[in-house]
Amino acid sequence: MSSTTFGAHAHEADHGHGHSASFLRTYVFSLDHKVIGIQFLFSTLLWFVVGGLLALAVRWQLAWPWSSMPIVGPRLFAGEGGQISPEFYTMLFTMHASIMIFFVIIPILAGAFGNFLIPLMIGADDMAFPTLNMLSYWFMWPAFVCMISSFFVTGGASASGWTAYPPLSAVDSAAPGSMNGQTLWLIGLILVGVSSMMGSVNYMTTIIQMRAPGMTMFRLPMTIWAMFITAVLQAFALPVLTAALFMQVLDRVVHTGFFVPEGLIVNNVTAGSGGGQPLLWQHLFWFYSHPAVYIMILPAMGMVSDMISCFSRKPLFGYKPMVYSISGIAGLGFIVWGHHMFMSGMNPALGMTFMVSTMFIALPSAVKVFNWIGTVWGGKVQFTTPMLFALSFVSMFIIGGLSGIFMAATPVDIFIHDTYFIVAHIHYVLFGGTAFGVFGGIYFWFPKMFGRMMNEFWGKVHFFLSFIFFNGTFYTMHILGVGGFPRRLADPYHYDTFAHMQGMNQFISICAFGMGAAQIIFAANFIYSIFLGPKCGRNPWHANSLEWFAPSPPGHGNFDMQPIVYRGPYEYGSPEVDTDYYPQTQPPPPGSEGQADGGHH
Amino acid sequence: MGKVWSFLFLLVPVLGVGLFAWAPSNGFWLPRDISKHGWQIDHLFNFILVLTGVVFAATEGLLFWFLWRYDAKTNRTPVKYMHGSHNLEVIWTILPAATLLFIAIYQMNAWADVKMRKPKDMPPTVEVTARQFEWRLRYPGPDGKLGTPDDIHHVNDLHIPVDEEVLVQLESMDVLHDFFLPNLRIKQDAVPGMSIPVWFRATDTGTYDLVCAELCGWGHYKMKGRLTIESRASFDQWLAKMGAEEQATQEPAAAESEDSQ
Repeated sequence: MSSTTFGAHAHEADHGHGHSASFLRTYVFSLDHKVIGIQFLFSTLLWFVVGGLLALAVRWQLAWPWSSMPIVGPRLFAGEGGQISPEFYTMLFTMHASIMIFFVIIPILAGAFGNFLIPLMIGADDMAFPTLNMLSYWFMWPAFVCMISSFFVTGGASASGWTAYPPLSAVDSAAPGSMNGQTLWLIGLILVGVSSMMGSVNYMTTIIQMRAPGMTMFRLPMTIWAMFITAVLQAFALPVLTAALFMQVLDRVVHTGFFVPEGLIVNNVTAGSGGGQPLLWQHLFWFYSHPAVYIMILPAMGMVSDMISCFSRKPLFGYKPMVYSISGIAGLGFIVWGHHMFMSGMNPALGMTFMVSTMFIALPSAVKVFNWIGTVWGGKVQFTTPMLFALSFVSMFIIGGLSGIFMAATPVDIFIHDTYFIVAHIHYVLFGGTAFGVFGGIYFWFPKMFGRMMNEFWGKVHFFLSFIFFNGTFYTMHILGVGGFPRRLADPYHYDTFAHMQGMNQFISICAFGMGAAQIIFAANFIYSIFLGPKCGRNPWHANSLEWFAPSPPGHGNFDMQPIVYRGPYEYGSPEVDTDYYPQTQPPPPGSEGQADGGHH
Repeated sequence: MGKVWSFLFLLVPVLGVGLFAWAPSNGFWLPRDISKHGWQIDHLFNFILVLTGVVFAATEGLLFWFLWRYDAKTNRTPVKYMHGSHNLEVIWTILPAATLLFIAIYQMNAWADVKMRKPKDMPPTVEVTARQFEWRLRYPGPDGKLGTPDDIHHVNDLHIPVDEEVLVQLESMDVLHDFFLPNLRIKQDAVPGMSIPVWFRATDTGTYDLVCAELCGWGHYKMKGRLTIESRASFDQWLAKMGAEEQATQEPAAAESEDSQ
């Protein structure tokens, strides 16, 4: 059988568009998991740009409040002399977080990497339900339309924070963005949820049903374990969010009053009949959105485990403890949501129980960190771009994990809740953690996606600048938080307590702009390499897992030979073979039968 | 290049610990604590800071050392072909578990003091009602009871007596707000439809910031109040003066104050 290129050869086509695959069917409404994964990747990377620019505008305001924003200011806000208005500022951070969480991080992990990697790494020719898979991507588009159009409706986009706490979000008169923008935001998120649910069902079924011969559950790469458990988390937590979103839509459109208490007067307007409870929303929202924090990091943890083992040329330390700790995180993840609500007016005794469960979710995270460091120990570390990003994931996740203990301690949370300490924490987990893991994953699997390598030199420049500026931006925020500097204030400096912090904010903003600029290098490298990067073979990193057994890029149906799995994915440095890697598909040498010294064949 | 990259990872714990060592003496730290309970919070913060600081430096240091030592370019020893260690897994599960359990139990008393052990049989010193974008205050008048015609109303300018237990009854008229007194280590959301008690005892006089710490709309940033802590005598004097001013304007204001109930 010949090796195939993208869509050119419909090898073992069983999806009914074999020989006459039109352009539309191959690249747009494709049923192929790889095309869908790359569609997710491109879409989410574009949203990454949008979300990042919104963040830079936030940083501008915090560094130089009420001054004219350069270049874009005069064009966007000619009426205000180019300055960001306070209502626009609330919209900026709301949409930054909403976009980054629901349109970048969640879909880039599950949608892009999950789609691309799951069938390849388990040795399947596609997903279990290819049409459902295609639908899960195309359900993102109405959500995109909702989000984009919300910027242009009366009152602008949602301005009630990404957590959309009612009554601010549920009552029209409460905020400018609480007019149509908020309703569009809610509908957009419901659609994203539909997309995620379709993906989850598909991933679970595919991983359970479609593994290649010999691929037992405990021979799965960590990426797949993480994707599997993430899919389970999504499937169980998402319905609660969807219900809550529908309830808020009803509150807004037909004034059901699920979240709006009796007798509310907002901005001198009576807010409907009431009878509801604002805390109900918080419980429902965090019942999803706390597990969502793990949905946003577990897949990255899995990918990082694969990269660290590969570039340490050494088996992953503690494979099974890693699997159990992911499961532990997922299980505990369902009973810690109340730690977002310590100050909310929730029963303080209940807060104490949430504190205990939250303390213990730090445990599996610690076990994972120790195992990653154990993997590096005694290996032969190759400092490639993906490895640097994977290592920085570990390094940054240590910070993000440890800072979580401060806010899990309820008395300390009294002070640091809603300060920049929280902002620092979440960015260490989601940017220093997940986004660096995603960058690593892109550099690592790019050759498999496009059959070409990304430029290593510029990759390292991108890493170096991102790493330096990231820490300059977010580490400093811990210090602001210790000073009590509150989140979401357009101009905190008129408070005596925070007046002296403007200089530090200017430093942070300059680092943030540097970090934004560094991403231009990535974008250029990415686009250039798709067309002109050096071509690569099947296995440029000398890795073990099944995707490297397929051609680069894999054709339709993925594998030109049926993969048969003989061992786990982390047999680097095995004494059984001469090479320092031992692919899962390579038959054992005759007569070796597990002999440690193996001998030559 | 491997050595250079290893050093980059060494910078993380060095600069990380360095910044936290630099900050307190340069004006970036917990604002001055003037509450009776605050030391427990600050103590717990410092305790966790030291503990996590040690773990942070140790794990990041180890990561650096392994990267430096096992750089493929210079490491001549063969790869340790091993899949883990049961004993190590047990150790690094039990040790953090015990530490976390200790922190969990250690902090319970402080939390109970601030949020659970409400002073018994004590009338509220002041009722604070948050609204976009101001703090409405209502003090009991000479009869010492809230909800009577001699109540004294005020906005944004919160006065409390020093060295006395103070009970604030916290409410909201419209959206969520948060009653944040950085110097008193007090933070509590104000939730419409709920009346939440907040208690504390200030140990020093002066004026401090009252911050809204929960997003409440476009004007959230300017929802600023001022906290004045003063002796019992000058507090009573101030309250009497406010009461007298309100009496003087009673006629025109009567209708409006009924409105705001």
